[in-house]
Amino acid sequence: MGSGPTSPIREPLIRGHKTYHQITEDLCSPTERAPNRAWTLAFIVALSALTFGVICIIITIWVGIGTWRLNRTIGWGWDITNFVWWIGIGHAGTLISAILLLFRQKWRTGVNRAAEAMTIFAVICAALFPAIHVGRIWVVFYFFPYPNTRGPLWPNFNSPLLWDLFAISTYFTVSLLFWYTGLVPDFATVRDRAKGFRKKMYTFLAFGWTGAAKHWQRHESLSLVLAGLATPLVLSVHTIVSFDFATSVIPGWHTTIFPPYFVAGAIFSGFAMVQTLMVITRKVLNLQEYITIAHIESMNKVILVTGTIVGVAYLTELFIAWYSGYVYEQFAFFNRALGPYWWAYFGMMTCNVLSPQLFWSKKIRRNVTMTFFMSIFVNIGMWFERFVIIATTLARDYLPSSWSFYVPSIVEIGIYVGTLGIFSTFYLIFVRVAPVVAIAEIKHILKSAGDQYATSNAKTTVQQVESGTLELQVDGHDSHHGHH
Amino acid sequence: MKHGEKNIIFGLYDDEEDLKSAVRKANEDHLQIMDVLTPFPVHGLDPLLGLSESRIHIGGFVYGMLGTLTAFLGMTWIFTRDWPQIYGGKPYWPILSFVPITFELTVLFASIGMVVTFYIINGQGPGIVNPIIHPSITDDKFCIAFNTNDMESNQVDRYRQFFHNTGASLVETKTI
Repeated sequence: MGSGPTSPIREPLIRGHKTYHQITEDLCSPTERAPNRAWTLAFIVALSALTFGVICIIITIWVGIGTWRLNRTIGWGWDITNFVWWIGIGHAGTLISAILLLFRQKWRTGVNRAAEAMTIFAVICAALFPAIHVGRIWVVFYFFPYPNTRGPLWPNFNSPLLWDLFAISTYFTVSLLFWYTGLVPDFATVRDRAKGFRKKMYTFLAFGWTGAAKHWQRHESLSLVLAGLATPLVLSVHTIVSFDFATSVIPGWHTTIFPPYFVAGAIFSGFAMVQTLMVITRKVLNLQEYITIAHIESMNKVILVTGTIVGVAYLTELFIAWYSGYVYEQFAFFNRALGPYWWAYFGMMTCNVLSPQLFWSKKIRRNVTMTFFMSIFVNIGMWFERFVIIATTLARDYLPSSWSFYVPSIVEIGIYVGTLGIFSTFYLIFVRVAPVVAIAEIKHILKSAGDQYATSNAKTTVQQVESGTLELQVDGHDSHHGHH
Repeated sequence: MKHGEKNIIFGLYDDEEDLKSAVRKANEDHLQIMDVLTPFPVHGLDPLLGLSESRIHIGGFVYGMLGTLTAFLGMTWIFTRDWPQIYGGKPYWPILSFVPITFELTVLFASIGMVVTFYIINGQGPGIVNPIIHPSITDDKFCIAFNTNDMESNQVDRYRQFFHNTGASLVETKTI
């Protein structure tokens, strides 16, 4: 996709009239200079949050799940809310890396490396919750189907909770492999500029990459197939997470809209988190020429679309609750809007349904400050959505005599803050150690999307090809067709 | 010379179009290229070098099928032969329940299998070091390398002339 006609109306994706060498310089230098004050401060804050979280986790395991204020009937509170929130955030990275690769969207190259890293860190944070919420974490290996001396006693393959285990393990592994496959050539670039200890480190990380043509060919083929495999993962993993609720009998949970609603919501919150990270990263590392307003705008368009789908899902739930005539379902929604957690419901509606509609305005879509605040709102709104689904519904299920109320304990809040700390710490380390933007991929699109080649500078335009004044160069065997 | 060592002569080009022209010229002159190295995949290079399509996706398919069979047959044996139990009134062999895990394991086996195969056939991996012809190759230069083992110096000069004619910005000999 490097050569070929470039459209005179497409916005350039790389600004600043870059050469290949400049790209290397711009994208490798953050890993080569000492961290600035902003990074150090952020790292100290992140590490403190992480430490607090670790202490809370130790308390949970040592003293017991009683340190969480879960009770009957609210068996899931902040723990599973946070789990679904983090998994949802993780899906954007895979979508940008995999699905946009299959759709040949070149703009993905500005953000895919960081987004995929975000996915991996988010899935680590998410996986923490199922592990610690079981109570007896020291026998958590019981979940794995291996021949054992307990019968052998096997797990229940009918249960979505077990499907989750496989789904999330697979998702983490495939994301990690996909991310690292793309990183190897970029680590080679950093290696060939490094000296001393850094050279040894990056030599190890680069796996002996040389840049040979055959290796690149295999690399592209591998990336394409991994993208094809990761795409259904985005859909299946969050569908399986939605099944944790949809396969139950609880009113407000047992609805068939959950799978598409959750997947759209995951992409929605994931892109919002990518925006939060990208707005900060591009400013601090001076990468505005690679993570351009065009990238920000494209991601905001995705946020608008998925936010609208989520809004439509909310309205569908309300409509079907009324249309079904099923009193328990109707009450579930009556309770969400007007019950003891009404404030969470209105927070959710405002942040998720109303605020993304602002992105219909091109001016707002292309405004970095607005994007940043919007992305925070969306993340808060999506957290409220999971909280509303879980805690509100469980607080008021079938039998009024079982109704109860739930307030999180400091331990639960601490674990959540801790996961924010884990995520931030990993991301800050990532920014220091690895190139935040995919170097080889950016070079690959320079000739078609760099601003000295694109728009009015485009040498080969579709017009020229169609009018017959220029031959379109098509090589004999188009082995790169359908890629990038 | 140590076993496995090669004497090479290589040239660096500043642009991928220059590289492709040079490869075409090398084909015309019937010069046997040892390898071409680039900082990013160059569109249209593979057919010029006569590289056949990678078959790694076939491996991916086979590994994936292995995952499907492992998951489906494994769960079937566990639930029907080893310890059948009644869960929520569901049948002993709940095929639809097996779908999510079967799918996930297919993807998992395919991905891990393909990635491991990729590194093995490339001769790469954690801790593996391959000779680096020139550090600019991963930066902004495009390299053609010829093997000059057991060659007379006038043959090597033919290559040098080739690089000069095709506009290489740097020509060097090396032992790797």
